[in-house]
Amino acid sequence: MTNTSNGTPAIEFRDVVKRFGDNVVLDKLNFSVAQGDRVTLIGPSGSGKTTILRLLMTLEEANGGLILIDGDPYTHEYKGDKWVEIPEKRRRVVRNRVGMVFQQFNLFPNMTVLENIIEAPVHVLGLSKKDATDRAEQLLEQVGMPDKRDARCTQLSGGQQQRVAIARALAMDPEILLLDEVTSALDPEIVADVLGVLRDIARTTDITMLLVTHEMQFAREVSNRVLMFDHGQIVEEADPETMFTNPKHERTQEFLKAVLGG
Amino acid sequence: MSDDLQALIDSLPDLGGAVLVTLQMTLGGAVLAMLVALVLGFGSRTRSLWVRGPSRVVIEFFRGTSLVVQIFWLFYVLPVFGFKMEALAVAIVALGLNYGAYAAEVVRGSVESVPTGQWEAATALNLGPFHKIRRVIFPQAWALMIPQLANLLIQLLKGSALAFYITLHDLYWWIDELQRDTRDTFFSYGCGLVLYFVIAYVLTWGMNWLEERAKRRLGRGTRPRLRDVFGLKPGVPTEVVRVKGGVA
Ligand SMILES: Nc1ncnc2c1ncn2[C@@H]1O[C@H](COP(=O)(O)OP(=O)(O)OP(=O)(O)O)[C@@H](O)[C@H]1O
Ligand SMILES: [Mg+2]
Repeated sequence: MTNTSNGTPAIEFRDVVKRFGDNVVLDKLNFSVAQGDRVTLIGPSGSGKTTILRLLMTLEEANGGLILIDGDPYTHEYKGDKWVEIPEKRRRVVRNRVGMVFQQFNLFPNMTVLENIIEAPVHVLGLSKKDATDRAEQLLEQVGMPDKRDARCTQLSGGQQQRVAIARALAMDPEILLLDEVTSALDPEIVADVLGVLRDIARTTDITMLLVTHEMQFAREVSNRVLMFDHGQIVEEADPETMFTNPKHERTQEFLKAVLGG
Repeated sequence: MSDDLQALIDSLPDLGGAVLVTLQMTLGGAVLAMLVALVLGFGSRTRSLWVRGPSRVVIEFFRGTSLVVQIFWLFYVLPVFGFKMEALAVAIVALGLNYGAYAAEVVRGSVESVPTGQWEAATALNLGPFHKIRRVIFPQAWALMIPQLANLLIQLLKGSALAFYITLHDLYWWIDELQRDTRDTFFSYGCGLVLYFVIAYVLTWGMNWLEERAKRRLGRGTRPRLRDVFGLKPGVPTEVVRVKGGVA
C-alpha cells in the first residue's frame, strides 16, 4: 500500500503530552501517518500504544500538544498562544472520520447485530434505514456472517462478535480505523478468521489503519510501516521487513526476541 | 364479630374510592419519583460541577429530611407563602421528591455498573451525549435497577399512608374509619394488613414482569417463568444472574 496522500497527513501528533497523575505516558510525542498508511505500533506493555489510540478516539484527554486529523485540529487548538479545548460540536465533525475496534468488542447487548451496525449510520450520518440496512448486509457478508443479521450479540461467539464490531466500525465509513489488540481476547483457533477479515479490508479499501497487535506475521502482511515504542517515545521506525528481520535499536531487538520467542 | 362484619359491609362502598386515592398517590408519586431520579441520578454523575453539585444537594436534602415533615411543610407552610396545592398533589409531590431522591441513587449506581466499554463504543460511533444514554446506557442500566426500584415502590405505597394526616381519604383513612366504627383494632388493622399486602403484591407482579422483559431485551432471557413473575421475592439482581449465565 503506497502513499496516496495529497501531502496532508491523515494523523499528526505535535508535541502531545499525556499524563495519568504523576505518570507521564507521552512526553511531547511527534509523529504522523500519511493517508492510506497501515501503521503497526509495537512496544512493551505500558509503552503508551493504547493511550495513543484512545487519544485519537477522544476517549482520553491530552494534557498538551495538538492532534490533527487531515490537518484539522481535533481536540485542542492554539488561539494566539493559548492552548484551548475544541468544543464537542466541532470535535464530532472530525470524530466522524475515525473509527475504532476494541479488544473486548463492546457490542451493545440491548440490540441485535443489525441494530448495532445501523444505529450510528442512521442517527449520526443520517442515512435512511433502508440504505443503512443494505450497507449493513453487505458488510456482514464481507466479514463472513451473512446469516446473523437478526441474532442477539449475546448469542454469538467472541470471534463472531468481533467481526460484527468490525462491520459496525466500517459502517461509519471511517477514513481512519484504530485497532487495539482486536484478537487478544479470542480463542487461538478463531484469531485467524478475524485476521483474515482485516487482511481483506486492508486489501480492498484505502482506509488509514493504526493497529496495535502481537500478531507479528499479520503486522508484516498488512502494514507498510512499524513504529517501535518505549516509554511513550518512538525508538525505531521502519518498514515491517526491516523491522522484523533487521532491527537496529537494542530495545527493539530485545523486545522482538521476547515476543517472537526467538 | 358479626358487628364487625356489618361495619365492614357498611364501609365497603367507600373502599373503592379509598383504594383509588392510594393508587393515585402511589402511581403518581412513582412516575414523578422516576423523573426526579433520572434527572438527579444522571445529574449527579456529570462532569460539570454546576450540575453535579446541586443534584447531590437535592438528593441529600430529600433523603435526609423526613417524609412526614416534607408533607406537612408542603401542605401547611407553603400556603403561607401564597402557594397552595390540593392535598392529593401535595402527597404526590412529597412522595415523588422523597422517593425520587432514593431512586436517584439507584439510577446512578446502575448506570455506573454499565461497563465503561459501552460508553466508549458509543463515543467511537460518534453518538451524541443524550443519544448514548437513551439508546445504549439506559436500556442496560434499566434491567439492573428494576429490583431496587421495586423495593422503593413498595415503600412508597406504604409511605402514602401518611397522606391521611393531610385530610386525604385514602386506604389508611378507610381503615381508621373502620376501627372507629367497630372499636376492634385487631379486626380493622387486620383488614388493613391484607389490603396493603394485596396492592403490594400486584405492584410486585408488575415490576417482576418489567424486569423479565428488560432482561429478555438484553438477550439474557430466561424465558419468563410464571414463578419469576408471580413470586413475591424481589428478583435476584441481574448482575448475579449474568455471572451465572456466563458459566452455563
Ligand atoms: N486510565 C488510566 N489511569 C492511570 N494510568 C493509566 C491509565 N491508562 C493507562 N495508564 C498508564 O499509562 C501507561 C501506558 O499505558 P497503555 O495502556 O497506553 O500501554 P500499552 O502500550 O497499550 O500497553 P499494553 O501492551 O500492556 O496494552 C501505563 O503506565 C499505564 O499504567
Ligand atoms: Mg494496550
